[in-house]
Amino acid sequence: MVENIKFSNKYNFAFIDESTKKEIRRKLLKAVAIPGHQVPYSSPEMPISRGWGTGGLHITLALIGRSDVFKIIDQGSDASVNACNLREFVNAMTGCETTFDTSKATLVQTRHRITEEELNENQIIVFQVPLPEPLRMVERYEYKTLQMHAEADYSKMWVSLYEAYVRYGAIMQGSGYPVMVNGRYIMSPSPIPRWDTPNLHQAKTLFLFGAGREKRLYAVPPYTDVEPLEFEDVNFEIEDFSKSACYKTGFKKAFLDELYADDGSQKYVISDSNFLDKIDSEEETHQYTNKYIDQLEAYDVERG
Amino acid sequence: MGYVAVKGGTEAIHNASELAEFYRVKDNTTPIDVKQIRTQMRLAIDKVMGEGGIYAPEYAAIALKQAEGDVYEAAFILRAFRTTLQRNYYTEEINTREMFVRRKISASFREIPGGQVLGPTRDYTQRTLDTAKATETTADIHLFLEQVDAKIDPEKLQEINSFGKVIDLLKNEGLLKPIDPSDDRKLVDITREAIKFPAPRSARLQMMARAETGGLMALGYSSQRGFGGVHPTVGELRYGTVPLRVKDASGRLRYIGKIEVTECEMVTGSKPGKKNTPPYFTIGYGLCFGHNETKVICMSTLDSAMRRPELGAPANDQEFVLYHTEGVEAMGFTNHLKLPHYVTFQSILSNTRASVERSKKANLEAEAWRQLASV
Repeated sequence: MVENIKFSNKYNFAFIDESTKKEIRRKLLKAVAIPGHQVPYSSPEMPISRGWGTGGLHITLALIGRSDVFKIIDQGSDASVNACNLREFVNAMTGCETTFDTSKATLVQTRHRITEEELNENQIIVFQVPLPEPLRMVERYEYKTLQMHAEADYSKMWVSLYEAYVRYGAIMQGSGYPVMVNGRYIMSPSPIPRWDTPNLHQAKTLFLFGAGREKRLYAVPPYTDVEPLEFEDVNFEIEDFSKSACYKTGFKKAFLDELYADDGSQKYVISDSNFLDKIDSEEETHQYTNKYIDQLEAYDVERG
Repeated sequence: MGYVAVKGGTEAIHNASELAEFYRVKDNTTPIDVKQIRTQMRLAIDKVMGEGGIYAPEYAAIALKQAEGDVYEAAFILRAFRTTLQRNYYTEEINTREMFVRRKISASFREIPGGQVLGPTRDYTQRTLDTAKATETTADIHLFLEQVDAKIDPEKLQEINSFGKVIDLLKNEGLLKPIDPSDDRKLVDITREAIKFPAPRSARLQMMARAETGGLMALGYSSQRGFGGVHPTVGELRYGTVPLRVKDASGRLRYIGKIEVTECEMVTGSKPGKKNTPPYFTIGYGLCFGHNETKVICMSTLDSAMRRPELGAPANDQEFVLYHTEGVEAMGFTNHLKLPHYVTFQSILSNTRASVERSKKANLEAEAWRQLASV
C-alpha cells in the first residue's frame, strides 16, 4: 500500500538536516582553529528572512542539543520582536527550554549586543552578523578582500581610520568597531556597540559568528587576544554615558538606551533587559569588567 | 516541549501575524482554489518556482495564496520549504534539443529549421484593458475551449517533432568562438557551497537561474543601453517541455517526468582577443523554470556581459550582478532595516554628538583668536 505523503511534512530535530548540520559544525571547527578568519559555508535557506538572523540560527541549530537552555536577545532585549520569533522557532524545532536568565542559558544567540553579565566557560554565544567583512567599507570586491586578508594587507583600513581622525577629530566608527584577532586577522565583531567590544578580549566564552546571507562563519575562541584597532596616540573609546543614569535603577555602569517620552523628554534605561530586571530586583549579578569601563570615573557611584 | 520564556514582544508578534491573516480574508469572499491559482496564474507560478529554486507548481500556488500574491514572499517561502527536502537524486542534464517546443523564435534569421513558431505569446497584442474579463464565466471558457479544439487537426499532431537549433547553423559554419573548457570543468552546486569569485560559469548560471526577474532585467537593460555595450541578438528563444531522467542504482537511465523551461541563446560578437584572431560570435545562455522570457533574455545577455569584465559596467561585473540579483537575499536584507537598530544608532549618536561638540569648541576658540587679533 502506497502511503499518501503529499502535503505531509515532518521537520528534523532543529530543522536542518543532519548532513548539513555536520557541515556547519565542521566549518565552525575550522573557524575556531583560525580565530577571526571567515569560513564560507552552505548557508541553507531558513524560514526566516535573509538578514534577520539566519547565520546565527544556522550555528544555534547545528549546535543545540536536547538539554541546552536557549536565550536569545536583540539589542540586548529578550522581548524584541524578532528575537521572540526566533525563540519560538528554535523552541518549536527542538523542544529545548528557553530562558531570559543570562546565567542559566547554555547557548545564547544575540543581535547587536553582548550580555552585560559575564558569560563563562560553559556557555556559547552566537552572533547574528549582517556584514562579516570588516574591509568591505574600504574595498567593495570580495576577491580583493580575500587577498588582503591572506596577505594581512590592512593598509587601506588603517588609512581610512586615519582619514576619519583627520576629518572629524576621532575614529568615527560607531558599532561593529573593527578588531584585530590573535594578532592576525582584522574581524568585524558584528554591530555590537564599542561598549561591548573590549569584552571579547581574553574572554572565558566561545564566541561564534554567523553571517547567513553572506555565507560566512567565524569565531573567537576563549582566551584569545582581541584588540580594537587604534593608533598609539589616538585611541579606541567606548560610548560615553557619564552624564546619564538608568531612570529605573539609577545604575550607570551599563550600556544605556536613550528613550523619548510623548512630551519629548529624554531618559535612559539599561539596554540589557535581563540585567535591568536583576538590578531592579537587587539580585546578584556578575558583570564584565574591562579597563575602559574601569577608567571612567563617573561610574564610581553605581547607584544614584 | 520545554518551557518557553514569554515577554511582551511575543504577544505583539502573535497579534500582528493574526492581523495579517485577517487582512488576507477580511472581505469574506470565496477562498481562491489553489488549482485555480496554479492554472490561471501560470506566469506568476513560473516566477515563484524559478526564484524559489524548486519545480513544484502546486506548492508555488499555495505559497502565492499564503503570501497574498506577493511573488517575492512566495518565492522565499518555497526556498525555505525546499531546504527541508531530502535530495535523493541528481537528474542527468536536460537536453533542450529534445524539447517539445511550444514556442520558438529567432531574431537572427528570417527562416529557421522548423520555422518560427510563435506559440502562446502576448507580444503582438494590444495591451488594452480587457474589461470583459470582469464578467468572464465558466460557460465563456467552455465555449472558447471548444472553438480552439475544433481548429486542431489530430492528424497533424503526429508531425510535431523536436527541432534542430539555430546555433548549430553558426557552429557548423565555424563562426562560434571555441569555448575554453577549463572554465566549465567542475560543476559547482551553489546550494551546497558559498559562491567564490571569480565564479565558474556553472555557478554564475545557477545563480541567475534562481535570480529575481526584475533584478536581472534592470542589469540586462543597463547593458543594452550602453553600460558595458553587449549588442545581443536573439539566436533562439524557446519555451516547451523537456524530459527529466535520473540514473537508478544499477546505472540505468529512468524517465521521471517532464518540466517546462524557457531557454534563450543570445548571439553576441566576441571581443577580439589576441592580434589576428577573428571576431567570432559567442553565445550567452539563459534557462529558467516555466515560461519567463524576460528572465532568460536578460540572463543570457548578462552571461555574455560577465565574460568580458569592463570597468564602469555593472552588468559585466560578476560580484555586482550575482550578489544583487539574488531576490530572496536582497529582499531579506533591504527589509531587515525594519528591525530595531537603536543600539547601533546610539553608538553613532555618541560619536556624532562628540564630533559636533568638538567642532563647536573649535569654532569658539577660533572666534576668541580673531577677537584677540583685532584688539
